[in-house]
Amino acid sequence: MSLVHNFPFISILLCMSAGIFTSVFKPRVARMVTFLVTGTVLVLSAMALSLTMSLDDSYPYIMGHFPAPWGNEIRIGRLEALMATGFSAVLLVSLIPGFERMPCFVSEKKSNLYCIMVDLALAAVLVLIYTNDLFTVYVFIEIMTIASCALVAVRQNGHTLVAITRYMIMHLFGSGLLLLGISMLYGITGHLLMVPLSEAVRQIVDSGQYLGPLTVVIALITAALAIKSAMFPFHVWAPDTYAFAPPLSSAILSGIISKAYIFVMVKFFYRVIGMDIIISQQISPFLFVCGVAGMIIGSVIAISQRDIRRMIAYSSVAQIGYIYMGLGMGSAAGTEAAMFQMLAHAAVKSLLFLATYELINVSGDRKRFRYLHGAGYRNIPAGIVFTVAAMSMVGIPFTGGFIVKLNLAIAGMAFGGWMRALVLVALAVSTLLNGIYFLHTVVSIYRKPAQDMVYPPSEKMSPSAAGALFVSMLYILYLGIGSEPIMRLIETGLKTFS
Amino acid sequence: MSKRRSDWESRPQARVRRWFYKGFLALDDEIAEKISSPPPPRFDYEEALEAQQAAIDSRQHERSIAIERLDQHNLLVWMRTRGRKAISRLYVALALVLGLMMMVFLLETVALMPRFGDPATPGANEVSARYIEKGLDETGAVNIVAGMILDYRAFDTLGESTVLFIAASAVLILLRIDHDKEGNPAQELIAAESDDRHYEPRDDRILQGSAMVLTPIILLYGIYIILNGHLSPGGGFSGGAIVSAGLILYLVAFGFEKAGRFFTTKTFTWVSFFSLSFYALAKAYAFYMGANGLPSGIPLGTPGAILSSGLIMPLNIAVGMVVACTMYVFYALFRKGGL
Repeated sequence: MSLVHNFPFISILLCMSAGIFTSVFKPRVARMVTFLVTGTVLVLSAMALSLTMSLDDSYPYIMGHFPAPWGNEIRIGRLEALMATGFSAVLLVSLIPGFERMPCFVSEKKSNLYCIMVDLALAAVLVLIYTNDLFTVYVFIEIMTIASCALVAVRQNGHTLVAITRYMIMHLFGSGLLLLGISMLYGITGHLLMVPLSEAVRQIVDSGQYLGPLTVVIALITAALAIKSAMFPFHVWAPDTYAFAPPLSSAILSGIISKAYIFVMVKFFYRVIGMDIIISQQISPFLFVCGVAGMIIGSVIAISQRDIRRMIAYSSVAQIGYIYMGLGMGSAAGTEAAMFQMLAHAAVKSLLFLATYELINVSGDRKRFRYLHGAGYRNIPAGIVFTVAAMSMVGIPFTGGFIVKLNLAIAGMAFGGWMRALVLVALAVSTLLNGIYFLHTVVSIYRKPAQDMVYPPSEKMSPSAAGALFVSMLYILYLGIGSEPIMRLIETGLKTFS
Repeated sequence: MSKRRSDWESRPQARVRRWFYKGFLALDDEIAEKISSPPPPRFDYEEALEAQQAAIDSRQHERSIAIERLDQHNLLVWMRTRGRKAISRLYVALALVLGLMMMVFLLETVALMPRFGDPATPGANEVSARYIEKGLDETGAVNIVAGMILDYRAFDTLGESTVLFIAASAVLILLRIDHDKEGNPAQELIAAESDDRHYEPRDDRILQGSAMVLTPIILLYGIYIILNGHLSPGGGFSGGAIVSAGLILYLVAFGFEKAGRFFTTKTFTWVSFFSLSFYALAKAYAFYMGANGLPSGIPLGTPGAILSSGLIMPLNIAVGMVVACTMYVFYALFRKGGL
């Protein structure tokens, strides 16, 4: 085993110890450490990715001296390394503009506590991506839930406190369902690690004993992860939380953390239960229908919003709908498209939240559309970046969003009958709706402001923050132009995933 | 006219609706209306009649608008009073039905699950067999549970102690009241302190007397449970909770001033920093060695002795310190937003 084999483990431990260390550092140093650690994690994950590309299969990594059914274990494959690289890259570029605007939301003395939350959230995301143990999933989901609550609650006004209360109720309900599901699964199989679990699940399906509890377990865990990732009928916590949190927190929450839950769900489907059983238990049609409903209804609600950040939050519900539609198709092509959407949406959504905050900031901290007129001229980089991100959301060619829709359509064409029709119609309608509200927003930020409008002078965005936003924008364009190698990576990664 | 219907009619939704109801002709009309020049001002009997008619029309229009507004207002009032009640009743009813359904489903499932203590249960497989049979040899811990959580599945326990740490930090974010920039206590802090003095017992002789006797005993007992964690039931989590109970009793009896002599926010930060970083580094070493197939070189000692079972005892101490500090900080923060 070479040193590079250890890199995923090292990146997890690095994030966790950074979380512990930042508690004693001065706020400035804490921010530096968080930034450096995220950068290191990006480098380590990229090296692990290039290692896994040269290997044929994913490899397990034992956490301790005891092998699979007894001790904890993580497992590293292409898909996992790709996701870790993508998410840490998104976090890294979000940190620069996010930290710059932090004094507006977080008092200086609490900002190293905020850094703890960012570090541990990244650690939890990495663990959820790599882990091969169902109970570790629960423990780190707990960490992620607390971290995301604190990331929102750090801005203490009435709106955030109401939003966070709702968030906490929904997420603790989800955690409860998850714990119930995991303990029931342990009760009927006697295992917690995923590889022996899947064998035990096969035996249950073959023998027919405990098949009823198994169905309940699948339903419970799916519902738990769906609630936590804001799938359409369970999305009520999302808009307020995303809209009133500090911009960096919204970027992390909607960009990275909600995707980690979905990745766990994919892992649960493919590695633990097996996709054929998920399809035969009618779970995937349910996800498909919820995804389609979310795509349409999320966009319709987004159109009726007057507050730009709430609009973006609702569009996030619609975009999560795309992922669930791909996942609910039940085919490999659908899941691959969903995975690509996870990567693309993570980048686009965090960029949108950060750029929107800059636009609001130059409009005197007012979030209604009519105050935003001309914001694209007052802050030119943010305007350009917002426009490109909005184009990606709509799905205009040469951006990541186009490839997502293309792949979803191709995956849908493989089916016949109503499923194909539903996929194509849903994609068309939702593209149209996305076009209505995003292009309307783009037009309104480039419109001439009313003459009696006075805009107070605001802080300029620093060149480094603008540069970070541009890097993120280039990444979105890269996803739209050079998507072929990434899609091939996802395709081969999914084969060795289960 | 064009000014009155300015705002909402020029919005895209309204345009789409107009387009939907009247077709393209409406747009044509609009354009025609705009480009055609106003008629020359010339008195005409027919025009005057038309104007009269228009005035009547507009009055009727205003009337219908007023009626519409009244209806809207009534609806709004209904929604705010009886409607809200009806909807909330509906919600309660739905929630009850849903909760009952969940209860029935889950009870039904539990009835289908393997019976507790059944020797043929799926839980009795090679996993638990190895924990029970080889646990003592492999971890050196007489207490199998300690061996399991701190050696076989130590990564999960690292996560669990991090949960405590992050929970304490989150409560610090939410509840800690900071001094302002000049270092003076903020208004809220003064209010919280006066509240605390008002509602909490102060210089209660009975409480202080019993705390004098009980606190050392409780602390000693907690430390015993932590140190003996690998030999008998107990360990870091339970022992730490007991230690923190002792600390909280002392705080209740003697107040923040005396407790602040040995426990401040700094104490919390540094103690949890040292114990958690020790845990993380020690386990990182063990994980790294284990995953790469190298011997860790940590002696297991003779089972049953106090200095045995490798890393388990130091890890128990680390977990115990984190738990104790976290619980104490929770209490202090919920009581007055600071230490």
